[in-house]
Amino acid sequence: METALKKSELVARLRSDIAALQGFRAPALGVKQDDFGLGPVMKAFPQGVFPRVGMHEFISQSAEQTAATSGFMAALAGKMMKQDGLCLWLGTRRTVYPFGLSQFGVSPDRVIFVDLKKDKDLLWAIEEALKCDALSAVIGEIKELNLTESRRLQLTAEESKVTGLLHRVSPRLSNPVAAVCRWRISPLPGVTDHVLPGIGFPRWQVQVEKVRNGEPGSWPLEFRDGSFELIDESVSFHQYISKAG
Amino acid sequence: MKRYVAIWLRHLLVDRVLLIRPELDGKPFVLAAKERNRMVVKASSRDALKLGIEVGMVLADARAVQPELEVLDYDPSLPEKLLHALAEWAIRYSPLVAIDLPDGLILDATGCAHLWGSEAAYLKDIATRLKASGYDVRTAMADTIGAAWAVSRYSRAFPIIPPGEQLSALLQLPPHALRLEAAVIEKMQKLGLYQIKSFIYMPPSVLRRRFGQATLDQIGKALGTMHEAFEPVCPAEPYQERLSSLEPIQTAAGIEIAIQKLLEKLCERLVKDGKGARQAVLRCYRIDGEIQQVQIGTSGPSCSASHMFKLFELKIASIEPALGIELFVMEAPVVEPLANAQETLWDLSSGNKITRIAELIDRLSARAGTGVIHRYLPAQHHWPERAITEATTLNDQPEIEWRTDQHRPVQLLAEPERIIVSAPVPDYPPMLFRYKGDIHRIKKADGPNRIEQEWWIDDGMHRDYYAVEDEQGGRYWIFRLGHYNEELSAEWFIHGFFA
Repeated sequence: METALKKSELVARLRSDIAALQGFRAPALGVKQDDFGLGPVMKAFPQGVFPRVGMHEFISQSAEQTAATSGFMAALAGKMMKQDGLCLWLGTRRTVYPFGLSQFGVSPDRVIFVDLKKDKDLLWAIEEALKCDALSAVIGEIKELNLTESRRLQLTAEESKVTGLLHRVSPRLSNPVAAVCRWRISPLPGVTDHVLPGIGFPRWQVQVEKVRNGEPGSWPLEFRDGSFELIDESVSFHQYISKAG
Repeated sequence: MKRYVAIWLRHLLVDRVLLIRPELDGKPFVLAAKERNRMVVKASSRDALKLGIEVGMVLADARAVQPELEVLDYDPSLPEKLLHALAEWAIRYSPLVAIDLPDGLILDATGCAHLWGSEAAYLKDIATRLKASGYDVRTAMADTIGAAWAVSRYSRAFPIIPPGEQLSALLQLPPHALRLEAAVIEKMQKLGLYQIKSFIYMPPSVLRRRFGQATLDQIGKALGTMHEAFEPVCPAEPYQERLSSLEPIQTAAGIEIAIQKLLEKLCERLVKDGKGARQAVLRCYRIDGEIQQVQIGTSGPSCSASHMFKLFELKIASIEPALGIELFVMEAPVVEPLANAQETLWDLSSGNKITRIAELIDRLSARAGTGVIHRYLPAQHHWPERAITEATTLNDQPEIEWRTDQHRPVQLLAEPERIIVSAPVPDYPPMLFRYKGDIHRIKKADGPNRIEQEWWIDDGMHRDYYAVEDEQGGRYWIFRLGHYNEELSAEWFIHGFFA
């Protein structure tokens, strides 16, 4: 028993050493960490801290997933921007409707859209944007990306400490890229009760497929009143309504 | 005190033809154009002039004089084009150059000649350079445009009229030198007034009665008692810096240094005036007479030399120095007052942030072209395409709140796309729809939400929007155009995707 305990302690210590060697800094005590209200998803991250520094990769394969991912990314960016931040949204074939972002806690006038004409300019533009540490977040919509290109972006982001959210819209192959985290967001049907009309709040299956030094997992989340909530399947609709107040 | 230079390119069109077609040299040729159903000579080469073929002659008469006469087409817009190009070239002598149709240029040389040593050297340089490029040229310098013009065309004397001596220079010249109307000149000839001195001392009232007010005006302009309008080709920019190089510059490093020096000087002046540049233009004058131009724009008024240099750095590759650049001119045609100074007083970090983001945006648009940066503000329209309006600057703030009570999709198609729908009851949400070959069975729906076309902006039918969700949880924004119609099947469209 004792040896087992020691073993687990040893493993934990080794893990934190490895994390430190890999450039992950443990949060200083007393510093308030952003958790973005992600709740259970935070368990996936090393030491339960959302990795602000680096690139997050999102993959979507269909138009529905693309919309769900855009919504989730907007919600995340909204949390990062807080009240006065600015964010850059880069892409070549943008379909995001700025007006729709306001439902995810983002003031659309705080988002600067860069609609490039050539794919060739996109990588350069994302890198330039990541270098600017005055930005709260950089969102890039890109189709294809290889390991070398992503490594370059990741290094830039690590240096400037800007969070990059990279949305790979229906890539031909989901090759591994250098990023702290790979997400896949798929839409889930809304609340299944016929008491009220309408389609309910956005619901997503949030899947963390890969995460550096963390535990991948999958959670059903709902975005309601500006925060993420874990969906508890056992709660009925009426309880849910009364819980929501 | 002003000093003007008049340049007379006597054989402008003929010289131009000879430059393009040197084989015509030594042969009589004319440029002719149709005028009242007959061909009229508009310009005549030196050899043709010797044969007596004058400008204004009918071409048939000219052919009778010289049957082997070469006839070329006369392009009425050519003199202006040529003079414009020459005027731009002549900016090296003075920033203010005007075109004097049909065959001359006027330079405002005030304070310019000393850079060439003296006025004589200045004029000589102009004349030799123009002659070297093949143009027959006569120049003159005087206090007024009128006097310089007269001396360049009608005087064989020394072409530099000392300050204040216009009158004595004009006395010997014919009345033509005053740029009078043809009818007036004819009258003067009849009266035997062959020289200016024979009428210039007459009392103004007499002159006005006999030859009209226009004659008095022209005399006044030539003598400097009356102001003459001067329209420069390139209006002088208040924020302009020039840098001429001793040796022609051919390398990128040299161009970089020139840009840096110019920007430093320009920004110094801008800071002093509390202004920032929104646009900057660099013109490089090459020794072969070509002008290379690059331009940058900034998203907010900027007076930071290092930032503007970064923007120019991206464009240096597009400058072709060829044999070398002898003059750099940096201009800030659009300037705006620096407004941020006040704000930075209370919010240092955020003001600094905005500047850095503005600089980033300038870099992006400098490389990727204009029209790539968009920022949106809410507009008071329900029609989805018009509910947002583009902001012009980074500092524009929304005048109204963003509405969050309206359910709007996060992805909006640029153009609504047709879908095939089956709906059970009119004005009920559809049961299923087919989009891009996939059938979506609708489980939940919200609507209809009717949005009327704004008739004062555009014609068209209203849209009945439904937010629908299919079995997989995909959420779509679909609409029916117009009312249900008994005869026609309703037109349905998909317009967006909800998150």
